[in-house]
Amino acid sequence: MQKSRFRKTIEIIIFTVFMFFLFAPLFSMGIWSIATRWYWPNTFPQEIGFDYWFQALGITKSLTLGAVNVVPAFLLSLGIAVIVVVITMIIAIPAGYALAKFRIPALLKGIILILFLLPRAFPQQPVFLNLMLIFNKVGLTGTVIGVILVHLVVGLVFAVWITTSTFSSIPPEFEEAARSVGASRLKAFLKVTLPISTPGLIASSVFVFLTSMDEFTGTFFVGLPFVTTLPMTLYSASGSNIQFASVIAILLLVPSILFMVLIQKFLKAEHLGGMGG
Amino acid sequence: MSILNVKQLNKYFGNVKAVQEVSFEAKEGKVLSLLGPSGCGKTTTLRCIAGFEIPDAGEISLDDRKITNIPPEKRGIGMVFQNYALWPHMTVYGNLAFGLQIRQFSKSEINRKIKKVLDVVQLEGYENRYPRQMSGGQQQRIAMARALVFEPDIMLLDEPLSNLDAQLREEMRFEFTELQKKLGITAVYVTHDQAEALVISDKIVILNKGKIVQSGSPKEIYSNPKNKFVAGFIAVTSFVDGVVDSFTERNKKVFVKTSDGLIIEGLNNNFTVGQEVSVALRMKTTKFENGEQHKINIFKGRITQSSYLGNTIDYKIKMGRWEIRTNAEANYDFKLGEEVNFYLPPEEIIITSMK
Repeated sequence: MQKSRFRKTIEIIIFTVFMFFLFAPLFSMGIWSIATRWYWPNTFPQEIGFDYWFQALGITKSLTLGAVNVVPAFLLSLGIAVIVVVITMIIAIPAGYALAKFRIPALLKGIILILFLLPRAFPQQPVFLNLMLIFNKVGLTGTVIGVILVHLVVGLVFAVWITTSTFSSIPPEFEEAARSVGASRLKAFLKVTLPISTPGLIASSVFVFLTSMDEFTGTFFVGLPFVTTLPMTLYSASGSNIQFASVIAILLLVPSILFMVLIQKFLKAEHLGGMGG
Repeated sequence: MSILNVKQLNKYFGNVKAVQEVSFEAKEGKVLSLLGPSGCGKTTTLRCIAGFEIPDAGEISLDDRKITNIPPEKRGIGMVFQNYALWPHMTVYGNLAFGLQIRQFSKSEINRKIKKVLDVVQLEGYENRYPRQMSGGQQQRIAMARALVFEPDIMLLDEPLSNLDAQLREEMRFEFTELQKKLGITAVYVTHDQAEALVISDKIVILNKGKIVQSGSPKEIYSNPKNKFVAGFIAVTSFVDGVVDSFTERNKKVFVKTSDGLIIEGLNNNFTVGQEVSVALRMKTTKFENGEQHKINIFKGRITQSSYLGNTIDYKIKMGRWEIRTNAEANYDFKLGEEVNFYLPPEEIIITSMK
């Protein structure tokens, strides 16, 4: 059936509006990051240049207020994120498997899952303020380990919920078939369940990674004054220097976009099929 | 010589008694079917034999070896699942080699065995395909191949054909029987399809609500169903309920009287006068005729439904307060509402007890 002209026009309008809301902020940040001089009432910057980029990346020394070399903070954020992913998955994979496969009464299962969720269920500032006070007593404030612990608490929710869901969605017959041909429980898990659940586990890792890179509130309370992650530099910059803040914001986006591309490849339908009917 | 011996198997799930006092033997090289409606306990029984459920009571032995509590991977039993459970991330070769690699066969041995089993299921050359690239029928055959490649003593099948379309199912039944006879492998086959059970089984065990109702050869069960449930389950059957009235022909035959006064003669089977019974009529039992040849078991009825099947027609006849389903040659072209006369041969009537 031919779509009416009117209908087509409406669709184009909605699409354009959607694209606008999606890309306008990015575009705006992009412009700000290369605007060396931009005063109202000009619609476009008067001068553009990559000065702030060079300063942020440590290529030139910074003279402006609030513009510092953010590469160390970037690397620290990356490093923390990777460690957090590793530890989270070490916990979440067995936990998810147990919650998905073992016959646990529904009530207990619900309680365990909610327990992981609890820290995120409350307003973040009071939660992390309290955490900071406790960490202070044991000397964990201002340490990388303290920050890692905070990121673990935040990331485990996603990790455990996603791994539980992933393992639940794998039909038990796959493992049973493996055992029927002679595989032990462990072998069946390693050779059958794990490879099949890879897309879900990767999605889980990516979520944790991005959450860690992005994490601000907890890191702010626990990390100061010695641990500075990229979101924290963004926070400082946004008060004084919009251009610089835009540069950091774009830098923060890079890992996210990279991972989006990565997930795309893994979540193709190659791992589906093999079930009859 | 019996290979598999199941003794007084019991399995409960909470309050539900899924399997109660189930006992049977599977003889070497024969096919034993567990047949019954959904929820009758047949799959739970099979899973106990496979090792995926641990029974609450009872014993399972394979070749005199007690396997009741051994984990599945140590039982040496090949299993075919209803939805095939072929591992999607492995090729056909990978799926078949898995069990052999665990048993530490050499690469050349593995290749040889895989080639042989693919030959048996008529899928030579499919080693490098992925399950998703194959049709349902092909996947089913690979699932069978996987269960057979390590040459187990016994093979378990959990409704392996129920996901195939009707025509393919019928073909695969014969293929399965051929395969099984060729390999001489003992098989325990779970199905809810009575036609399938009749075709492939050497012995059928009928389960209902966790208990064995009757077991025997297909012919025994079809001709001598123990009760109304079995009679109705094993084939399309119409029932006329009544009470044993009297005996005749030196107690070889009985007269059954229905509540609306019909008298039907059938074969005696240790009935007692006054016993509540069900007269079971199969689709071909009703013979249309006018009563000239026979004096007893002539009845009058009215056609209430007619279904054209090509070379035969299915009719529903109302006789008194009873409805009889019957199948007749297409040249008997009765109209709806037409009054008909028919004869029920006493030798073809099956009288079963109510319970």
